[in-house]
Amino acid sequence: MIGNPALLVAIGGFFGAISRFGISNWFKTRYPSSFPIGTLLINLLGSFLLGYIIGKGIDKSWQLLFGTGFMGAFTTFSTFKLESIQLHANKKWKVLALYLGISYTFGILLAFLGMKLGDIL
Amino acid sequence: MVYIFVGIAGILGALSRYYLGLSISTGWQHDFPFATLAINLIGCFVLSWLTMYISRLNILHPYLVTGIGTGFIGSFTTFSTFSVETVKLIHASHWGVALLYVLSSLWGGLFMSWLGFKVGDSFFKKQTQRTLRSKGGQNS
Repeated sequence: MIGNPALLVAIGGFFGAISRFGISNWFKTRYPSSFPIGTLLINLLGSFLLGYIIGKGIDKSWQLLFGTGFMGAFTTFSTFKLESIQLHANKKWKVLALYLGISYTFGILLAFLGMKLGDIL
Repeated sequence: MVYIFVGIAGILGALSRYYLGLSISTGWQHDFPFATLAINLIGCFVLSWLTMYISRLNILHPYLVTGIGTGFIGSFTTFSTFSVETVKLIHASHWGVALLYVLSSLWGGLFMSWLGFKVGDSFFKKQTQRTLRSKGGQNS
């Protein structure tokens, strides 16, 4: 597949942002809790899938569409940190420590697994 | 309808990340993934500031605020690239750089969000005080 890099990133970004918004809204109405489960699952899933894409070594233009565009926009760092600061402001220290610990440990671990799987399959 | 706002803002966020990332990477020849870190830290500050200031002022339509915050800044920053870059550094046995990257992302991100939170909150308080004072002036 070949195409304009900007167009590929744009298409991926459009669907990535909408998917994140939809999933996080679904979790907020279905499981209202102080733990930001929606963002966590999105970031973990996205880390795994981006790892898989990179491990698989797919064509550059597919990488721009699914990797840089979709997964880049689907996962988010700013919301993750804002939620952490809000937990800090509400003095929910245990939830905050759990959120940070799980995000970093499993984010990196799942990216590793994704890359391994992509390499093998 | 709000989904369209988020989607279009998501396009702009992803493109800004792509082009800013490219321009930083060309001038940066080290193993440390400075481009992603810079993008993520800028986004942390802006999202917190926006949430504590602009969205509380009610000067923009809520759809537009969600579009800018969730759509633009949400797509501008990224977590998946951070995770993959960390794994790549570990793969290449750049343990020190990997550790530095994780720690600067962890603490730098928290600091920038906290800073945006404080600055936004103080902007908001100043703004509301000014509004109250001007209303008080009209009454007396």
